[in-house]
Amino acid sequence: MTTDAYLALDGLTKAYPGVVANDAVSFQIMPGQIHALLGENGAGKSTLVKMIYGLVKPDSGTMRVNNQPYEPATPHAARGSGVAMVFQHFSLFDALDVDENIALGMDNPPPMRELAARITEVSHAYGLPLDPSRRVGDLSAGERQRVEIIRCLLQNPKLLIMDEPTSVLTPQEVGILFETLRKLSDEGTAILYISHKLDEIRALCEEATVLRLGKVVATCDPREKSSRDLAELMVGETLHTPEREGGETGEVLLEVQNLSLSPANQFGTRLKNISFSLRAGEVLGIAGVAGNGQDELLAALSGERRVTPEAILFKGEAIGRAGPNARRVRGLLAAPEERLGHAAAPTMSLTENALLTGDIREALSRNGFVIWSKARRFAERVIEAFDVRTPGAETAAGALSGGNLQKFVIGREILQRPDVFVVNQPTWGVDASAAAAIRQAILDQSARGAGVVVISQDLDELMEISDNFAALNEGTLATPRPAKGLTVDEIGLMMGGAHDMDVAHPEELHA
Amino acid sequence: MSLFRLEKRPAPSSLLSGLTPILAVLATMVAGGVMFAILGFQPLEAIRTIFWDPLFDPQFGPYSRPQLLVKAGPLILIAIGLALGFKAGIWNIGAEGQYIMGAVVGGGVGLAFYPSESPLIFPLMVFAGAFGGWVWASIPAVLKTTFGTNEILVSLMLVYVAENILASMASGILRNPDGQGFPGSRNLARDYPAASNPELIADTGMHWGVVAAFIAVILAYVLMTRHKMGFAIRLAGEAPRAARFAGVSPTRLILFCLGTAGALAGLAGLFEVTGPAGQITIDFNSGYGFTAIIVAFLGRLHPVGILFAGLLMALTYIGGELAQLMLGMPAAAIQLFQGMLLFFLLAMDVFANYRLRIGQPEVTS
Amino acid sequence: MDSINPILLIASLMVASTPILLAALGEMVVEKAGVLNLGVEGMMITGAVVGFAIGVNSGSSALGFVSAALAGAALSMVFAIITQVLLANQVATGLGLTLFGLGLSSLIGKPYVGVKAPGFAKLDIPFLSDIPVLGPILFRHDPMVYLSLILVAVVWYLLARTRVGLILRAVGENHAAAHALGYKVVRVRFAAIATGGAMAGLGGAYVSLVRVPQWVEGMTAGAGWIALAIVVFASWRPWRILLGAYLFGGITVLQLNLQAAGSSIPVEYLSMSPYLVTILVLVIISVRGNHGAPGSLGRVFHASQ
Repeated sequence: MTTDAYLALDGLTKAYPGVVANDAVSFQIMPGQIHALLGENGAGKSTLVKMIYGLVKPDSGTMRVNNQPYEPATPHAARGSGVAMVFQHFSLFDALDVDENIALGMDNPPPMRELAARITEVSHAYGLPLDPSRRVGDLSAGERQRVEIIRCLLQNPKLLIMDEPTSVLTPQEVGILFETLRKLSDEGTAILYISHKLDEIRALCEEATVLRLGKVVATCDPREKSSRDLAELMVGETLHTPEREGGETGEVLLEVQNLSLSPANQFGTRLKNISFSLRAGEVLGIAGVAGNGQDELLAALSGERRVTPEAILFKGEAIGRAGPNARRVRGLLAAPEERLGHAAAPTMSLTENALLTGDIREALSRNGFVIWSKARRFAERVIEAFDVRTPGAETAAGALSGGNLQKFVIGREILQRPDVFVVNQPTWGVDASAAAAIRQAILDQSARGAGVVVISQDLDELMEISDNFAALNEGTLATPRPAKGLTVDEIGLMMGGAHDMDVAHPEELHA
Repeated sequence: MSLFRLEKRPAPSSLLSGLTPILAVLATMVAGGVMFAILGFQPLEAIRTIFWDPLFDPQFGPYSRPQLLVKAGPLILIAIGLALGFKAGIWNIGAEGQYIMGAVVGGGVGLAFYPSESPLIFPLMVFAGAFGGWVWASIPAVLKTTFGTNEILVSLMLVYVAENILASMASGILRNPDGQGFPGSRNLARDYPAASNPELIADTGMHWGVVAAFIAVILAYVLMTRHKMGFAIRLAGEAPRAARFAGVSPTRLILFCLGTAGALAGLAGLFEVTGPAGQITIDFNSGYGFTAIIVAFLGRLHPVGILFAGLLMALTYIGGELAQLMLGMPAAAIQLFQGMLLFFLLAMDVFANYRLRIGQPEVTS
Repeated sequence: MDSINPILLIASLMVASTPILLAALGEMVVEKAGVLNLGVEGMMITGAVVGFAIGVNSGSSALGFVSAALAGAALSMVFAIITQVLLANQVATGLGLTLFGLGLSSLIGKPYVGVKAPGFAKLDIPFLSDIPVLGPILFRHDPMVYLSLILVAVVWYLLARTRVGLILRAVGENHAAAHALGYKVVRVRFAAIATGGAMAGLGGAYVSLVRVPQWVEGMTAGAGWIALAIVVFASWRPWRILLGAYLFGGITVLQLNLQAAGSSIPVEYLSMSPYLVTILVLVIISVRGNHGAPGSLGRVFHASQ
């Protein structure tokens, strides 16, 4: 069987204990084609591209590149066959320079001086200017992605795999990236574009393969389908969308004034003069590309990092110096982004994880001694109320799926009836039904009269649940505005526009 | 792919983590047997001399059985404290120095009142011993909490400093004025009844230090399983960010873990110089502070485990002495044996934390 | 105090610094690959005894040094297997290595107590060694002193200028990313650990064959730990390792000279001074912030999927 396809997959299957990640996946990518791989979190997209890139070996099935059998044992072999990949979580080295990072991704890099010149040249040619001598740790998320892309382009790939590339970009930066990708496509480079963002795929891709629970459920031309059609293919059911009650907002609960915070580590973000206020019943959405101060803002609000007392007023009381438990006593609760290791201890049981934040408000200890029976009952209440799928409260948190653990983590705070609830990335990496349940729970809190701060990179999510909207950009927060009526362009500008993507820095390039 | 793969377990298997110390001991006996054979000893005879004869030999048993508690007491006392820190990811490896300083400060306080007969002397010395160890361990603790200085290196450097202080004291202000100029203090156990730590029940080796070790085991067990501080310690070790999110103060944790370990090591030192060792000499310390690190790991950082591990390690000490006497086996062979035990234990830990899979992964759905 | 000759003092400083320099440089390579091996002291003392034993039996110090390097590397492989293959905690395993090495060395060293070292000829570099002041200070040492200095330059060049060095640093900075790019994290780390072990072994042998020169139980007396501290002091940079090692060598030599000169400060307080200075330096470094620590230092690497 010969085809014109650059890459042809036939019956690829890969199973892990307890789950078949890919079940007989077949499709083809033509030279120069921008091909979408569409699917929910957990649909098997990552496993599939890892097989194509030589990181995972398929259990069965075959791949062909230019009609030749293709069985890459390593990424090195994949690159040798013309396959390059830009990772979702960047495979970059913060402490190394741009040119060193790029050299590491190449199999036969030229001498460093020559490489630096080529980086400057190629990055300009594709509208993604880059200074080879800068340290990667100092770059913005968009610039870091550029490093990955340039690294791939320097090897003249025939197929470029892009895994969720826009999750770290502002709308303006997305526009620039799409132009680059179209240019590559015109030059004959095939692109496998992985995303769950339907509008992007409809704007960019010529063909889409939709994965659900590891199986190909459809191959179609996304430009001919509506977003709704694609969503139903992807999810396989009609979704329960949260209902915005739009209740009245009450008195100011939380007032943040000129909050500044130095970064916790070398490559962290400094918070600069952040101010906003939050009323009872209000949902404030805070958008922003990853790495613009989200973690730091959550740490400042949860009490993990201390700030000047007056920077945070809770019901009029200056609590900037109060620790996490002092804030919990007062009714300010938080749920950080990273579930494993931050919001929860993976090796500990759900009972122990319930104690982790529930001790104070649920009175789970007396005179310093833990009342384990009570902690267990609290964990069971969370499991029950939030439909957490687990054998029981003694199961280790790390054994739960991402969505279930997230429901537990959010539920643990919500059952403590917060007055103000701050949550970072509530639905990151969570399946659609769990995400809908979590969003509904957040809205229920505001209906109850609590104030909620939702920090998220998912603009659709924020527009769906926020009353007011602001964006974090390099540690600065734009003034919150009513979410209703905001345009994508306005949101993009609040997020910092295209940063400096469209403008080259001649002075740095010649440094 | 490869024939064997390790697959991370969501939570460590409690069955296997209880089993690995036993397997490690067995593996060490096999490897130790090989080592003894290389050294020219009959492996089985050597193993029997070390592990069986000290307890059950009709000739040596009566002498060596009490030694079991004498040696296990300080090991357990020190290891209990170290385990608190190790659980929390705080690496105090300078227990030997804290042990020395407990002995020097506690013994020094006692000697200052010589020849008092007050019954308050011994309790005062106990307190001073704990205080000496606590201060010594608090130096790395405070440096870590104030400046972020690495506690591993500081606590270890302080062992060498403590050894020099000990040398200076034993031949200086604590030297026995009636000792004809020989270095070393008065014999506290023999010549200073108010300051001595006698055998409480004849021929058992039971002295106040052993009592303190048993109490420490019980208190540590309660702390780790029932108290919020124990939970904070475990949390900080398993997931440091989650601990900060839970409101655990790293500063308090470091001061508590290092301070407690120092105080317990100091107590062990004080009970040693007032009892089994008898006097403060330049080399009264015999490396218990380092061996206790092995005891802590062998006991899975669990108080009850440490109790058994301490007894086992004490057995290797006594057995080693017996093997030295009976077979002419070098003392270092036992040290090596103890080191191997730690290696095997750490190596086998992998099976508690990871699943070993052979060949391709299984498909379950 | 008059008996301290500044020229001899500086010359002996270079000799006193060499063991720590070698061990610290090796440990820096290990840490640059993201591995924290606290067993330096154990590998040094093993190198010291093996180097001495082979040196005495063969009559050749050079052969002693080679064997010491091999012994250090061999011992470090125990650490590598336990931490890289069996994924054990590096801190605990490193401590175990030190305890094991101390036991092993005293077992091997028993017959060699009181034996005389074979001697190691100094290089009398023609002309240069005759230069007044500089000659005796710089140009009348044994080959190991010069080798250790050359190794500083070699390590610097390898790490900063070559692809091998770049890969090593990448593995140490972010092992997950290095793995994703297809680099063999475990293999790179095995090589780094072996290098560190060999250099610690050399450092140890220098103590027993040249510096002292005889075998005494526990003779490295914490030099391995000081080497670990110097790596932190040097912010993981080779030339600063040289500076740090010579600084500590200087303090050691100075306090020994003060002891010999009959200073009024008691011997014990002079002997503890290198350790106190180490603590002081560690504090100063930590106030400034531990910049330059490799990102994956001490973390367990498990390639999942």
